[in-house]
Amino acid sequence: MPGLTFDRVSKEFPGGTVAVRDFSLAIADGEFMIFVGPSGCGKTTALRMVAGLEKITSGTISIGDRVINDDSPRDRDIAMVFQNYALYPHMTVYKNLAFGLKERKMPKDEIAIRVNGVSSMLGIDDLLTRRPAQLSGGQRQRVAMGRALVREPAAFLLDEPLSNLDAKLRAQVRGDLKRLHQRLGITTIYVTHDQVEAMTLGDRVAVMSNGVLQQLGAPQDVYDRPANLFVAGFIGSPPMNLLRAEARGGVASAGDLSLPIADLPDGDVVLGLRPEHLRPATDGQPSMEFQVEVVEPLGDGVIVHGTVSGTLVTAPSGDDEVLPRLAGERAEITTKFEPTLRPSPGERMRLAIAPHHVHVFDGRTGDVIVAAGA
Amino acid sequence: MSMSAEIRDSAGALPALEKESGRDPRSDRFVFSWWHLVLFPLAFLMLIPMIWMIITSLQTLNETRHFPPILVPSSIQWQNYTEVLQRAPFARWFLNTLVVTVVVVAGNLLFCSLAGYAFARIKFFGRDVVFILVLATLMIPFQVIMIPTFIIVRKLGLIDTLGALIVPNLAGAFGIFLLRQFFRSLPIELEEAARIDGASRLGVLFKIVLPLSGPVLATVAVITFLWTWNDFLWPLITIYNPDNMTLQLGLTTFQGAHQTNTHLLMAANVMSVIPVLLLFFVAQRFFIRGIATSGLKG
Repeated sequence: MPGLTFDRVSKEFPGGTVAVRDFSLAIADGEFMIFVGPSGCGKTTALRMVAGLEKITSGTISIGDRVINDDSPRDRDIAMVFQNYALYPHMTVYKNLAFGLKERKMPKDEIAIRVNGVSSMLGIDDLLTRRPAQLSGGQRQRVAMGRALVREPAAFLLDEPLSNLDAKLRAQVRGDLKRLHQRLGITTIYVTHDQVEAMTLGDRVAVMSNGVLQQLGAPQDVYDRPANLFVAGFIGSPPMNLLRAEARGGVASAGDLSLPIADLPDGDVVLGLRPEHLRPATDGQPSMEFQVEVVEPLGDGVIVHGTVSGTLVTAPSGDDEVLPRLAGERAEITTKFEPTLRPSPGERMRLAIAPHHVHVFDGRTGDVIVAAGA
Repeated sequence: MSMSAEIRDSAGALPALEKESGRDPRSDRFVFSWWHLVLFPLAFLMLIPMIWMIITSLQTLNETRHFPPILVPSSIQWQNYTEVLQRAPFARWFLNTLVVTVVVVAGNLLFCSLAGYAFARIKFFGRDVVFILVLATLMIPFQVIMIPTFIIVRKLGLIDTLGALIVPNLAGAFGIFLLRQFFRSLPIELEEAARIDGASRLGVLFKIVLPLSGPVLATVAVITFLWTWNDFLWPLITIYNPDNMTLQLGLTTFQGAHQTNTHLLMAANVMSVIPVLLLFFVAQRFFIRGIATSGLKG
């Protein structure tokens, strides 16, 4: 099965809104690719251009060597699962699954074999005579998956397929999806705004904002080494703490924290501190005073919200030139501790972070200057 | 529209079929309300012409001319009905009307669906302007376009044939408008899914959109039926041969310049109105929906 390539693809809607800008990406054969970003970032538009539901303004999309820009949706050999599943309400589950095969003039007995194969794989055999309205959310989701799988397409497009399920079911179906992909190895593009799905499902994730690809890489790489402030602020839950700092002579100062960091150029910078890397300080470590405000025990850990002296930076969306800053003497930050460590609200403590865990971003462009762990 | 909500629900992820909870609707049907004191007399007022028509159809000619009107006939003249059937080609008129109505209804369902779908979903240059023009034709009285239409139909060689009654009425702005509005309310993802599944535009229309449009198609069918069945003016100016007449036109042959056979006219009227009444009882909700959703009277 061939891979899928975006080459400098742009999409401008009538009225001048640019949904996707100069988007280039190569998806390998059998790869599970995630498009993630906040709503309105262009990820769904990118997916719909692959499906042929949106015209491409410029650039090319190809499957293998074949440019599919002008192909009709039916000729692209792709299948799509919609956010609301889009099951045909007037057809039984069997007819829903068979519809695409029938439209392609497949013989009846062959359709029966395929439909039965897919329905037993997905565990929906006993639902074949029902109509979509008689199914639960999870069952509908599986039928929608089945309708896409039964066609054995070259690429599989999923548009937030889990967002209509409750939390427990979502975790289960997420696992099922991953297993299914490992078994079938179909090239897949999966659009989501949920970073847990982005982290757990994908071989690679493409983080998008304002129609622009911000970073492309394996989920762990994107988490460990965000390329810019947007990715740093978007990937991770709770999100990375971003503090404004000044760098002088290899030392970054933010509020009462002074961290020596190797290879640090002078100037305005932003320090990125992951909540789980902040620890109660031991003597002599560079640290900052932290006032505890809210404690959220999670069972396997404790999330602690509080303030430190300094200025918070909110992650910019896309290509804003000037980084929006939240002014104030105290900056709200979040930490994540072991469950045994449970401070009480109002308590003051000192927090430290190992210098190799600190991300440093350019205060003007937002691009990373010193990557953590480097 | 509740139908589209239903479809959204079954296509979407909302919980499956909620049974209408609570009371059996049948037990609510005969509950007294103070409104009935107003509605019963009003309903009776509406029924008076109908009742009078039936009474007159069972009277003798002399009784129909009596003043004040005789409300209880001295004897029931069933033979008025048989006389109508003998004196006029009533069965022929009935058949003509049926043929014209069925073909016009079928034509409207097909052509209005095609046009309505194009206006609803296909992007083409000038679409909205053309749609507004189509809508604007609803405001032009028939009397204004009667003569141009007559000339076109004459050039087509259809005068004094059933074709004259069928061809100009095969599609109408009303049906196009109603269907377009409904098609736009269907979730577009269903159509996108079908196109990815390999359906053509027409395939999407006939296999996905129309099967989901039952109620609105019924509304268009019922209202077109009513208009066509009751049309009088257009048959009057295009049909001359009694063999090609429709019921409404045929009924006028009972009205002469010097004498009107009122008893026979009313008997023929009763017979011609029966199909419409039957349809109304069966498809009442589609009449009401058509009027309520479009703001246009049937």
